[in-house]
Amino acid sequence: MSGHSTYEPKTGIERWLDARLPIIRFAKETAIDFPTPKNLNYWYTFGGILAVCLVVQILTGVILAMHYVPNGDMAFNSVEHIMRDVNYGWLIRYMHANGASMFFLAVYIHIARGLYYGSYKAPREVLWILGCIIYLLMMATAFMGYVLPWGQMSFAGAVVITSLFSALDQIIPGLGTAITTWLWGGFAVGGATLNRFFSLHYLLPFMIAGVVGLHIWALHVPGNNNPTGVEPTSKEDMVPFHPYYTVKDGFAISAFFILFAWFVFFAPEALGHVDNQVPANPLVTPAHIVPEWYFLPFYAILRSVPQKLFGVLAMFGSIAMLFALPWLDTSKVRSMRYRPTARIFLILFVLATIGLGWCGGKEPADMVITMGHDANNDPTGFSVVWFSRILAIYYYAYFVLILPLLGLFETPSEVPTTISTPVLPKGGSAIPAGAVAAPEKKG
Amino acid sequence: MLRKSALIRTAVAGLGLLAVIGAGSVAGAATTQAPLKEVPGGFSFEGPLGKFDQASMQRGFKVYAEVCASCHAMSLMSYRNLCQPGGPFYDERWKDHPAESPYCKAIAADVKVPDIDPDTGDAIQRPATPADHFRSPFPNEPAARASNGGALPPDLSVMARAREGGPQYIYSILTGYVAPPAGLTIAPGKFYNPYMPGDLGSSWSGSKTTVPLGGVIAMPFQLTAGRVTFDDGTPSTTSQQAKDVATFLAWTAEPKQQERKEAGLAVMIYLIFFTGILYLSYRRIWRDVAH
Repeated sequence: MSGHSTYEPKTGIERWLDARLPIIRFAKETAIDFPTPKNLNYWYTFGGILAVCLVVQILTGVILAMHYVPNGDMAFNSVEHIMRDVNYGWLIRYMHANGASMFFLAVYIHIARGLYYGSYKAPREVLWILGCIIYLLMMATAFMGYVLPWGQMSFAGAVVITSLFSALDQIIPGLGTAITTWLWGGFAVGGATLNRFFSLHYLLPFMIAGVVGLHIWALHVPGNNNPTGVEPTSKEDMVPFHPYYTVKDGFAISAFFILFAWFVFFAPEALGHVDNQVPANPLVTPAHIVPEWYFLPFYAILRSVPQKLFGVLAMFGSIAMLFALPWLDTSKVRSMRYRPTARIFLILFVLATIGLGWCGGKEPADMVITMGHDANNDPTGFSVVWFSRILAIYYYAYFVLILPLLGLFETPSEVPTTISTPVLPKGGSAIPAGAVAAPEKKG
Repeated sequence: MLRKSALIRTAVAGLGLLAVIGAGSVAGAATTQAPLKEVPGGFSFEGPLGKFDQASMQRGFKVYAEVCASCHAMSLMSYRNLCQPGGPFYDERWKDHPAESPYCKAIAADVKVPDIDPDTGDAIQRPATPADHFRSPFPNEPAARASNGGALPPDLSVMARAREGGPQYIYSILTGYVAPPAGLTIAPGKFYNPYMPGDLGSSWSGSKTTVPLGGVIAMPFQLTAGRVTFDDGTPSTTSQQAKDVATFLAWTAEPKQQERKEAGLAVMIYLIFFTGILYLSYRRIWRDVAH
């Protein structure tokens, strides 16, 4: 990270501080001067968007926690109190609830970008794994946050997810039951569960923030990957982070906020479920339990396996695949821009995941293609559960078969020798004169 | 160029495949419901720029107070809410002190709420104040069930957000009562309503392929023509009463809805303008970098 500092303390105070805690030097090196490949496209703005999402969630969440009551009898009404009586409470709550969806939308794009440009490959494996840990923490946080309003779907979701651990009874009898009892703080999901979920929902975002710090540290050691997947070879390949990427990220963040604001102000409950406006009632189970949209692909994988333990393993395994990815992809070429075959398989992988999400929102017995009706007039044909089985197999095959083998057999197209090569006319110099010399003095 | 077009072709082909599969699906869920009715004239509050019709909310409040409130609680609402900005009885003169509004005081004073006498500790009934929550018709759930054939009339505070279709669902249910088709057995004290989600397969004697849509509801048809007399002279048809009470319930479910949409418009204009400025800054800063 060092070696590109142009920081010179000018005042006495700055020199004094620089000798004791060089924090200004650190900020200048990492957030201003940091050399960044000049060819990063808009897919690379999602890292900045995600940082803003985390800040929005923590700020709105801290304010919500001032008014929310984590008690089984009062939680639902306290959320409505926020919506009705707290000044701009409706705005803060809708930002927080929709902010979670925006966070996941951005993280899925961020992950897909990493998959496409091979950002998980050496020397960025640790960076990638830290990202996977952030994603796992996000899922835990979002799940527990969804429980807090204590509506019908909150309650059903808490029951379904915590009960997954009871599958461990099939390995050691009693183990799963003991774990679920421990998680619940009782013998069923109830007030004690809600209270601990609130505690953890407040804790985990700060753990996310900590891992984000490590993620950015791990980014700044090897530096950014870029769409060519070619490591920068000269200064001409790079621009300083500021102002080039502060303005590009800033533009993207602002554009992303237009989408965010659309949901917050004009469709705040479009991504939710009406059953969650009914207070939790352990005696009534919603007719159709569905998780939030961002969990649907994993829910579909879970339900595609008829045996509970293996279903749970398949679901967690689908995320574990991401952790192993750096060692599963055998290709020497980093970016799929130069791997035409791999590109098609990746697009199919993204479509399979979206398809799994679609399956997760349907009942397993629903038909994808109806071919007829049985004696009870129930439709027969190609069912959702079979469709999700096929998609889940492809999901796994992408990691354990396609990527390991493709790297050995495919013929990549020609990889440019430098980052600058693809954008320059033949024989042109690497960079127009004066481009990076003093950008802040222009205009 | 070749690279991009190949990518787009594959993506389009894949999406097309998914769309075909999606279109072919006809869900065979057990619960059925007739498609919701179109509300005559639509609701004024729909859409990104929709606003509540205050006269309709006032009529809807009267329907609620004279009909619904005899069985349904509305525990999240207080009488003061009726006079807050955006509410059915909002008046600019009491903009900063809605609870001082004589409308709210008068509406509340007509209602007796249970309380404890501070001197004797006895349970008493006293006239409500604007600060009181809407009076619940029953003291507890068993009492509510006992008076309604075992069924619990749901709290209506957020009903318009708690059902698919919201206000349109409320309108459809209230106006949708029809005689049960021949072959459908309805238990005494229950009623057939095609807009109530349900599964009538077990009470249907006809063919499995012609099970009627909808379900049974414990509430009988309520909004007969003229049931409520509207003070503004609006004809009190079933449809008008249902539309007005659905409007009122849409407001109680989210009293800040109109404020939200109005703020949203300003935020959108600001964000689009600000994003445009950032884009121009981006173009200017990057103008000399080939990338």
